[in-house]
Amino acid sequence: MPRTLLVIGTRKGCFLLESDDRRRFALRGPFCEGWPVYHAVYDPDSGAIYAAAASEWHGSAVWRSADLGETWRHSSEGLAYADGGRKLSKVSTLAVAHGRVLAGVEAVGIFESRDGGETWSLLSALEGQPGRERWDDPASQPPGRLGVAAILPDPDEPARFWATVQGIGVFETADDGRTWTPRNRGLRAEWPREHEEVGFCVHKLVRSSADGDRMYQQNHCGVHRSDDGGLSWVEITEGLPSDFGFAAAAHPHDRDTFYVVPLDPGHGRCMPEGRAAVWRTRDAGSSWQRLDRGLPQQSAYLGVLREAMAIDASDTPGLYVGTSTGQVFASADEGERWSEIASYLPPISSVEVAILD
Amino acid sequence: MPEVHLPTTLTPLFAGLPRRLQVDAGTVAEAIVRLDERWPGLRDRLCEPGPALRRHIHVYVDRERAGLNTRLGPRSRVDVIAAISGG
Repeated sequence: MPRTLLVIGTRKGCFLLESDDRRRFALRGPFCEGWPVYHAVYDPDSGAIYAAAASEWHGSAVWRSADLGETWRHSSEGLAYADGGRKLSKVSTLAVAHGRVLAGVEAVGIFESRDGGETWSLLSALEGQPGRERWDDPASQPPGRLGVAAILPDPDEPARFWATVQGIGVFETADDGRTWTPRNRGLRAEWPREHEEVGFCVHKLVRSSADGDRMYQQNHCGVHRSDDGGLSWVEITEGLPSDFGFAAAAHPHDRDTFYVVPLDPGHGRCMPEGRAAVWRTRDAGSSWQRLDRGLPQQSAYLGVLREAMAIDASDTPGLYVGTSTGQVFASADEGERWSEIASYLPPISSVEVAILD
Repeated sequence: MPEVHLPTTLTPLFAGLPRRLQVDAGTVAEAIVRLDERWPGLRDRLCEPGPALRRHIHVYVDRERAGLNTRLGPRSRVDVIAAISGG
């Protein structure tokens, strides 16, 4: 059986969990000298691991390991705005595709590296979008100040990708960041918005590997589906215990199967009633099933952040969920049964999975 | 030659970087440049664009709080401190 690698970003460094059977996992770490890691990813083409980290003392950098965690280097060369006015406070997210690494940062911008994270240059700051002049103002940003919170590359077209700006919405570019189009039509927002096309709080955007036109998102206000590659959205929240949550995952082989982790929307942002569950739809959101077998069902006030759920591409996909209190839960059967594979990690910000040959 | 004392949070980031070393420099900024020449990227860990010392990096020259432009004497002691931060 191939080896499964989980790359875990936490508030105190990066960890790796490895397994030969997706049931028993061995832990390695912490890596990155214990720096807070916002997002850690694996590049299947090069075999490298990248971690976006920010030290309170030493600033933001992207760490890289080319040997599955044995050795690490870091760099922030070029990860700064040249105009002097805007300040890069953190690298919030990473994406690897087509031989380059993309980094989403706050203040809002996307940097790229074409040399494996050694040097970086600004690719786009999404200039010209509606209300753009106010996006970098701390007073108008949501807590966390993520800026570009996620980047979703197209697997076939290098110049095409989507970027999520925290509290603003999703944008698509087809020309490598030169021009952008808001992709938020049909989304719901429960606050006044100055511009028709933006002002939406997209927590997690995913795209089906089985059908590129099928997208899903967990929004601050509900769960939504798109059947036209993000051009329009319909809400599919009905049947879930909460319209709020952060994490989401799309089934790799079935475009109609999608997972979310509903949370209480107030300050707590934990799983409702202290009973842990992942929810799944198999019919594109017409109905939902609660998946909780093996998950704690009392006094379990667990939170799961936007990058902290992953699904692997096996024939029977495995699901992995990391919590804000340091547990990792895994299911080897599409969410039917769960087991706790790590219990005492630092607060988890991201979980990514790779199947190694 | 001035003697520079570095914090334990910095030394693991660069292979071979000692906690304490002598640096031929006339100012704090120059000392950091000299260190960056030997350990590329080190300057970014202590300074942000401007340049300015990072918010939680404090520098003392001969026990006095210092900035990048503070002058160093031939026997100065430079302490670079990663200021206390929450757990």
